[in-house]
Amino acid sequence: MSTRHILLGLLAQGPSHGYDLKRRHDERFPQARPLAYGQVYTTLQRLVRDGLAEVDGTGSDGGPERTAYRSTAEGARELAHWAGEIAPPAPFVTNEIFAKVVVSILSGGDPEAYLRAQRAAHMERMRELTALKTAKGADLATVLSADYALNHLDADLRWMATTAARLTTLTAEVDTA
Amino acid sequence: MSDIGGTAAPLLAARDLAKAHGRTRALDGASADLAAGEILAVTGTSGSGKSTLLHCLAGIVRPDEGTVTYAGERLDELPEKRLSELRRTEFGVVFQFGQLIPELTAVDNVGLPLLLAGAGRAEARQRAGEWLERFGVRGQAELRPGALSGGQAQRVALARALVTGPRIVFADEPTGALDSLASEQVMTALVGTARESGAAVVLITHDAQVAAYADREIRLTDGTVARAGVTA
Ligand SMILES: Nc1ncnc2c1ncn2[C@@H]1O[C@H](COP(=O)(O)OP(=O)(O)OP(=O)(O)O)[C@@H](O)[C@H]1O
Ligand SMILES: [Mg+2]
Repeated sequence: MSTRHILLGLLAQGPSHGYDLKRRHDERFPQARPLAYGQVYTTLQRLVRDGLAEVDGTGSDGGPERTAYRSTAEGARELAHWAGEIAPPAPFVTNEIFAKVVVSILSGGDPEAYLRAQRAAHMERMRELTALKTAKGADLATVLSADYALNHLDADLRWMATTAARLTTLTAEVDTA
Repeated sequence: MSDIGGTAAPLLAARDLAKAHGRTRALDGASADLAAGEILAVTGTSGSGKSTLLHCLAGIVRPDEGTVTYAGERLDELPEKRLSELRRTEFGVVFQFGQLIPELTAVDNVGLPLLLAGAGRAEARQRAGEWLERFGVRGQAELRPGALSGGQAQRVALARALVTGPRIVFADEPTGALDSLASEQVMTALVGTARESGAAVVLITHDAQVAAYADREIRLTDGTVARAGVTA
């Protein structure tokens, strides 16, 4: 994921300092890993170096001195370009679930038992996410990110259900052969 | 948290159910418990016996073998008269393939169980209207089932299942004809109603995102309940 573009996006709402950007990022992307301060500052410095952001001023509000940044016109153009650019659909999905099932089949393990257990774990997580997004007062960012995660877990589950059904058919074929 | 139904006596308990349709063994040793107020999702591939299980649990179909106990009564042994009384007063059922009465408008379909329970016509219509509102189909109150979309008909059927304040709602694919936002709206209304009234729900669905509204999932494979994986 492009931290620089996300920070540019947050700066599009007005000048901000690093601390504030980190806080707003973590709020907007509640299911994502929180940004580290170090990463925020390095990224801001690179944005300035590349002419996409500039220093807006330095203030201290009684506390430690803090530098505010703002987006440049070039930054706004870059942001618009990135936001409209399609993301390549992943050509190969390498995933631990997939790998485990394949290895389990190759090594004569019990992929069906694994798939059942994995389904239970996925469902548990989906219940948590559903509770999160249907809670009273859930904000839009929470709902959207829960939806996103739910749809991806759902895709895993559909693949897992199809695979379990295929394994049953294959086993039946082998047994009657 | 998901282990509801563990210690206290379940409200509804099915043990080792078997049911054959001709030579097809639709159920083959299925067992399930439902605690009071619990929302239970029943999932499984097409033809795995979900609808048959629901019909046995709701006293609509008698199993060939096994027992179904509801609040101390053996549904599999009850006379038809008592069964239909239970279905009218304690259970609300939404069938997989609609069962709205074609000659009645949506609001009269929903009000019918109230009329059967002795309510007056005006009261039945008013309360039915409130339930239609809750499921987002008040605007279709005066339409007959033939004029409803699939999703609208499903919502009317849910309203009809809930109108008498049942202790258990049995719903067979209630969101089968709905897109994901409409499903969300219907599930929020169904779960909200159940939580408020303390009703338990048995919910058949092939949609994991719908099953995620439930407290627990059981999964059918070839007429039996698959164990929920390796338990710690
Ligand atoms: N009335 C009937 N007559 C003959 N066979 C039946 C009848 N009802 C169900 N079956 C068979 O019993 C099996 C289980 O059917 P059931 O309707 O319970 O499955 P299901 O899990 O609800 O499937 P779906 O997801 O497709 O609704 C199927 O093989 C079906 O063909
Ligand atoms: Mg069915």
